[in-house]
Amino acid sequence: MSTATQTRSPVPVEHRGLVQQSMTVVWRNLLHIRRMPEMLLDVTIQPVMFTLLFAYVFGGSIAVRGADYREFLLPGIMAQTIVFSCFVVAVGLTNDLAKGIVDRFKSLPMSRASVLVGRSVSSLIHSSIGILVMAITGLLIGWRMREGFANALLAFGLLLLFGFSMIWFGIWVGSLLQSVEAVQGFMFTVMFPLTFVANTFAPTGDMPSWLRVIAEWNPVSSLTQACRNLWGNGDPALADAAFPLQHPVVASVLWSVIITVIFAPLAMAAFRRRSRD
Amino acid sequence: MPASDEEGGRMQRPSTTLSEAAPRFSAMTRTTAGLGSATAVSGAVTAVEAIDLVKRFGETVAVGGVSFSIPQGSVLGLLGPNGAGKTTLVRMLTTLSRPTSGTGLVGGHDIVKDPAAVRRSMGLTGQAATVDELLTGRENVRLIGRLYGLPMAYLRDTTDDLLERFRLSDAADRLAKTYSGGMRRRLDLAVSLVAAPPVLFLDEPTTGLDPRSRVELWDVLRDLVRDGTTLLLTTQYLEEADQLADQIVVIDRGRVIASGTPTQLKDEAGQASVVLTLKHAADLSRAEQLLRTCSPEVHAEQSSRRLTAQADGLGDMTRIADAFETSGIEVDDLGLKRPSLDDVFLHLTGRRAEADDQPTDDDASVTHGSKTEAGR
Repeated sequence: MSTATQTRSPVPVEHRGLVQQSMTVVWRNLLHIRRMPEMLLDVTIQPVMFTLLFAYVFGGSIAVRGADYREFLLPGIMAQTIVFSCFVVAVGLTNDLAKGIVDRFKSLPMSRASVLVGRSVSSLIHSSIGILVMAITGLLIGWRMREGFANALLAFGLLLLFGFSMIWFGIWVGSLLQSVEAVQGFMFTVMFPLTFVANTFAPTGDMPSWLRVIAEWNPVSSLTQACRNLWGNGDPALADAAFPLQHPVVASVLWSVIITVIFAPLAMAAFRRRSRD
Repeated sequence: MPASDEEGGRMQRPSTTLSEAAPRFSAMTRTTAGLGSATAVSGAVTAVEAIDLVKRFGETVAVGGVSFSIPQGSVLGLLGPNGAGKTTLVRMLTTLSRPTSGTGLVGGHDIVKDPAAVRRSMGLTGQAATVDELLTGRENVRLIGRLYGLPMAYLRDTTDDLLERFRLSDAADRLAKTYSGGMRRRLDLAVSLVAAPPVLFLDEPTTGLDPRSRVELWDVLRDLVRDGTTLLLTTQYLEEADQLADQIVVIDRGRVIASGTPTQLKDEAGQASVVLTLKHAADLSRAEQLLRTCSPEVHAEQSSRRLTAQADGLGDMTRIADAFETSGIEVDDLGLKRPSLDDVFLHLTGRRAEADDQPTDDDASVTHGSKTEAGR
């Protein structure tokens, strides 16, 4: 029996770094989407329904300066979609933690960060699919990008940057909560005020003054305003609007950095704590 | 396991062919316990060592200073009821959980100082089969192989071999969520073996399996040990530790309460006895008198028409059988009961092991049904 140990052929192992390992995790997460395309409903059918609902049901009664309501609406819906990437990442992570997949990964000689990096990248891809679907829907109902290619691209870049920061929030929530149901409950409670108490679906100018302050300092409003400005979708910031709406591109970048700086350490600590004991 | 080995094992240890509940000893086929005993005895290299491992969660002491060692190529059974600290011990040894104090060595590497080297030299099959349900069997193996850093061509061959070996070839390209419990366990094991780790940790590998799948998994584990793998397995199934382990460490409330070979532990728990069930309750007192002529200690139970007599072994049992044959007292059932590991646990702790769903060989077919796992 002791000879059997020696005759076992050695296994060739190549060194793979964080990037390759993360890409493997991304491959696995994307396979999930392929196997369960309904996972994409949250970034496809749902926002499309929102778009149609707002564009045709509520749109008529919301007055917007400088553009058709549908043009005004699309950046708001896109911001909402990218904010929901934290939802995607939290649900995915909680699932993997609950099912022991994270433990399995952690028992392997691989970088532990690759679990999170892989999760983040695949969630961004997930949300980007949503953005693409929204853009196509928008183009079909009359939304246009009117400020040139560079500005259009910058707006998409801002969306992804903001999505990246929200992913840290998602990792934090996913590491803290124990079940997918809890994540869903918590995220809906947080995401709805965050994406509705903003300029996403209606201009802030008509809100009660206290609500207007909250809405205009809401990071989602900065992102929406930046996209509107860069795509030329109307409703320029009012003269008395809060600072972030006056400088929405800078504000969006700043908000993304602030959210990342706050939630990335929290998320990593929570993930480490959750997966240590 | 070749047939001759089985025979040999049964000849040396007739006790293992007789279960407490089933006197149909011809129908019972158990293979030798303690597969790697050859190396265990020669005490070659230590593959796994726990050195005074302690794990506290706040005030709760999950593991309170546990030490043991496993010689290379042998099997250690970590036996204990739910909540005894088995999983926590495995999680510490597999670097998933950091010990509060103490340490351990796996493949010669320190679990606290060099966890990365430990991860390279071991495989883990956790308590729940951690297969990815949305991936096929093949993709599950390849995913872990890629994360290990195995070259693609090598991985392709290894994946095919493993799936073949675990009889999953036909189901290789089906999603794991369509697999039965037994198939999931086998896939989980295949995944753990993709990088051929010299040490394998199995946390309750057969929990939730029907008896047939359990026996199949035992065979797979025996093959692994024959190929030189060192196993640490935790179990609440006393029979399982008896079947597979060379050494058993019994833990209760985070502490080692006994250790030794299955035979040693059983000897400690006391003597064998003959258990006999009468056909007619009316014969009870006559039967009791008759038994007293063969055995120094006899217990009679009116309600179950059952008598228990201390006995030394098969010889005593044969004598008792002959005596009843001659007396004409009709007997429903006669069997030799060796102390089981359950008795060991009772003896050590004064409590029964709290394995709530441990199937005995007798009721297994009734309570667990016979789920087939052929391609559904």
